Amino acid sequence: MPVNETLATYSDYAFHSAVGIYLLAMALHLGEYARVRVRAVLAREAVPAGALAERAGAVVDPAATVVDPAVVDPAGTPPESDSPRPGRSWPERFGRMAVALTILGALVHIASVAIRGFAVARWPWGNMYEFISAVCLMAVLTWLYVLRRNPGMRPLGAFVLLPVEVLLFLAGSALYVKAAPVMPALQSYWLTIHVTAVSLASGLLMVGGVASVLFLVRRYSSGGGFLDVLPAAETLDRAAYRVTVFAFPLYTFAVIAGAIWAEAAWGRFWGWDPKETVAFIVWVVYACYLHARATAGWRTGGAAWINVVGLIAMLFNLFFINLVTTGLHSYAGVG
Amino acid sequence: MTKAIPEATGTPEPEHSEQANPGVPETPTQGAENPDSPNDTDSRTDADSATDADSATGASGGPGWGVWGFVRNTWRGLVSMRTALVLLFLLALASLPGALLPQRSLNPAKITEYRQQHPMLGPVLDRLGFFDVFASPWFAAIYLLLFVSLIGCLGPRTLEYARACRAQPVATPRNLNRLPHHAGAEMDGSPEQAVARVRGQLRGWRTAVREEPDAEGRTSYTVSAEKGYLREAGNLVFHLALLGLLVGFAAGKLFGYEGQVIVLTGGNQFCNSGILGYDSFRAGALVDGTSLSPFCVKVDTFDAEYLPNGQPEQFRSSIGYQAGADLNAGPDGPWRPYLLQVNSPLRVAGDRVYLLGHGYAPTFTVTFPDGTSRTQTIQWRTADQTTMLAEGATKFDRPGLPDDASRRRNQIAVTGLLAPTSSGGKVITSVFPAPLRPEVAVDVLRGDLGLDDGRGQSIFEVPQAQLQSGALTRVARQNLLPGQEIRLNDGTTVRFDSVTQWVGLQISHDPAQDFVLLFAVLILLGLGTSLTIKRRRFWARIGPADPVAESERTVMEIGGLARTDQAGYGEEFTRLRTALLGNGVLEDRNNPRPDGTRDRGGSA
Repeated sequence: MPVNETLATYSDYAFHSAVGIYLLAMALHLGEYARVRVRAVLAREAVPAGALAERAGAVVDPAATVVDPAVVDPAGTPPESDSPRPGRSWPERFGRMAVALTILGALVHIASVAIRGFAVARWPWGNMYEFISAVCLMAVLTWLYVLRRNPGMRPLGAFVLLPVEVLLFLAGSALYVKAAPVMPALQSYWLTIHVTAVSLASGLLMVGGVASVLFLVRRYSSGGGFLDVLPAAETLDRAAYRVTVFAFPLYTFAVIAGAIWAEAAWGRFWGWDPKETVAFIVWVVYACYLHARATAGWRTGGAAWINVVGLIAMLFNLFFINLVTTGLHSYAGVG
Repeated sequence: MTKAIPEATGTPEPEHSEQANPGVPETPTQGAENPDSPNDTDSRTDADSATDADSATGASGGPGWGVWGFVRNTWRGLVSMRTALVLLFLLALASLPGALLPQRSLNPAKITEYRQQHPMLGPVLDRLGFFDVFASPWFAAIYLLLFVSLIGCLGPRTLEYARACRAQPVATPRNLNRLPHHAGAEMDGSPEQAVARVRGQLRGWRTAVREEPDAEGRTSYTVSAEKGYLREAGNLVFHLALLGLLVGFAAGKLFGYEGQVIVLTGGNQFCNSGILGYDSFRAGALVDGTSLSPFCVKVDTFDAEYLPNGQPEQFRSSIGYQAGADLNAGPDGPWRPYLLQVNSPLRVAGDRVYLLGHGYAPTFTVTFPDGTSRTQTIQWRTADQTTMLAEGATKFDRPGLPDDASRRRNQIAVTGLLAPTSSGGKVITSVFPAPLRPEVAVDVLRGDLGLDDGRGQSIFEVPQAQLQSGALTRVARQNLLPGQEIRLNDGTTVRFDSVTQWVGLQISHDPAQDFVLLFAVLILLGLGTSLTIKRRRFWARIGPADPVAESERTVMEIGGLARTDQAGYGEEFTRLRTALLGNGVLEDRNNPRPDGTRDRGGSA
């Protein structure tokens, strides 16, 4: 099967653009925090207008100069809390811009994945680069869906985009492989079913895990700083639970689909290959999470910790097992 | 359990407490404060409360408490949710070495390597079963305890559920306005008409209408309704299917078998008649190898396609097979054709035949000085999966010799490397996996191959001991292209004729795997049901309006409570309220939002 090199190149362009756009979106989210922080400081201290500009500039600086000069620029004009003016507040604007950029990034990302698929004339998750790209796309789409259902979650944006950015960077640099057909073991329609389910479930679990991490941060911090921007601890916990509850059956399906495929490709449906073992561990950890949610004394704090353990196990399964250990999942065009 | 645990302590209310006393109206309190607390996934009794209850009984029970009490406490502790949680944790933890340490079932060679690298730790880990995690007693102990705990929990729960399915919905609480969803209104019509309307709206709900006289002796009605019984059913199915899965898995390990065999292309056959036919064989604990599923396979061709960089793109082997009546016709009987591919095994006679590997077998002809010649094609093993460089040994016995002693002096082995696409030059290597330009680099050894000493030896190599002792000596070393030959000092010639492909087949038998699949599907269905369906209750209290007007007026009060995750019930309750009370009437003290929901975030 010939590879369409032109399309493959376009896919790479789109991939890099998506990474850039996400980065910008993340920066705008940070700008949102910075502005809110400024406002919080100002509200607390209520200093006269003269000293105000200086102070605002000083606080904003570390995060904001990277972002956009516009953040520092309006420091001369007092923030909205002090002098109301028509239109949305700056944090609100930054937040909205960030979401708009995330949507744009997701569209470009979808284009990158789809074009790659056309370029190689197969489903585009046959190696680690493509797989991680798919997982991240699913995470971003999950995030946008959560955001649509509950706009109050918006300040989580940077924290959701952070692991996405890190993963995409790794995928695009160290793990990148040129567009090519896949080995015979991967030529099966189960690739579509199994890997789609895995990446969707992983993307969901990633968002749920981030929500639990932030829940714990909120719970154990004394508050103040940008943390005030985050949704209430209870909201975070509930979001984590809902996402995870949705992801768990999907993940179960992904594992079962993997077992059915393994029966056709490797001669047995389950053989305790490292990948299978850790997939089992991840499943058990999330089963723990669901049980903890129904056990007195474990419902919130304990359960959230388990969800974080699940997130770590899931990422461990995604990376370590495919890249470091030798097993049947060690293809992927690496090492 | 005789008494509901007060919810204010944060302990999950055992599901069955209220079912035991269907007549006593419950007072939902904490549930109203924390609508999203999902006391759903499991309703195991809590370990602490069980112990508390026990100590109480023990105190009054007197001296007979000792052993029986201990046993009962242990049992209750085992089936408690907390124990299940700990066991699940342990299960995850105990599986970890299975992923991080080499495992005997996957690659025994790696264990040897590991033991060499860690001379202190290796043997200890081996003794403790860390190289056979999933066959180790401690791993078995964890999952058996977990399943005992599961059975101990599921049994009573199934009974409870059966009882709950027959029971009437619980009586209407006295104060409906303490429920998370609540509304009331006055309307035209008689209470009886209102009851009929409520019943009409509650289609698909399990409902019970009760009469209750009010203070002035007029007849009021209460309607109790409950929905979402399938949630618990899904939960039970999920857990029972887990048990089934474990049994199916175990059955597969007991009655299944798995064997590997290398078959040369060109019409060679393999028959699944006994263990001896295999190169390697792993039998289930109850398989003695005498009754393998009868079928034969004939391998005709194998071809592989590679990308220019050597990455394989396609493996295909056309084979024929015989099973059932065809077998009785013998090798000349009909062979049914099949195109064996990766991802597309042959399923025949209850077994599966997989294409798991391939490689090359060189053909050598040895012509002895007396003119007799012997030709052999023996598979060589693949030394490099990328370039398919192969290594091996082809062994010859010289015919026509009178006694064993001289026979043993004149055995010949051709051993070395085979490059399917040779780099050429003095030291050859393989540069491409397809057989485009085959060449061998071989040593010819003569002497005693040690074939008669009664010990088995690898077909891929000659015994090093024979070489070291001098019983076997190297008489030539040369690179050969197909057709080229080596002439030895005694006039014997060794000719490299050609290269044949072989395929590595795996034959697997697992009589239980269909059951495992069935249970896996049930697991999924049960899980989906129990996580999506919400168990919720609805009550209405309907009575005549206070000031007796000329036309009949009725007061209706409704209340709703989700037994599980509250999300989603708000909308449903709002629908019911609008249908029953109309749009204009809103008296929902606990729930300030007009749509009756408190939060609509998240997904699912």
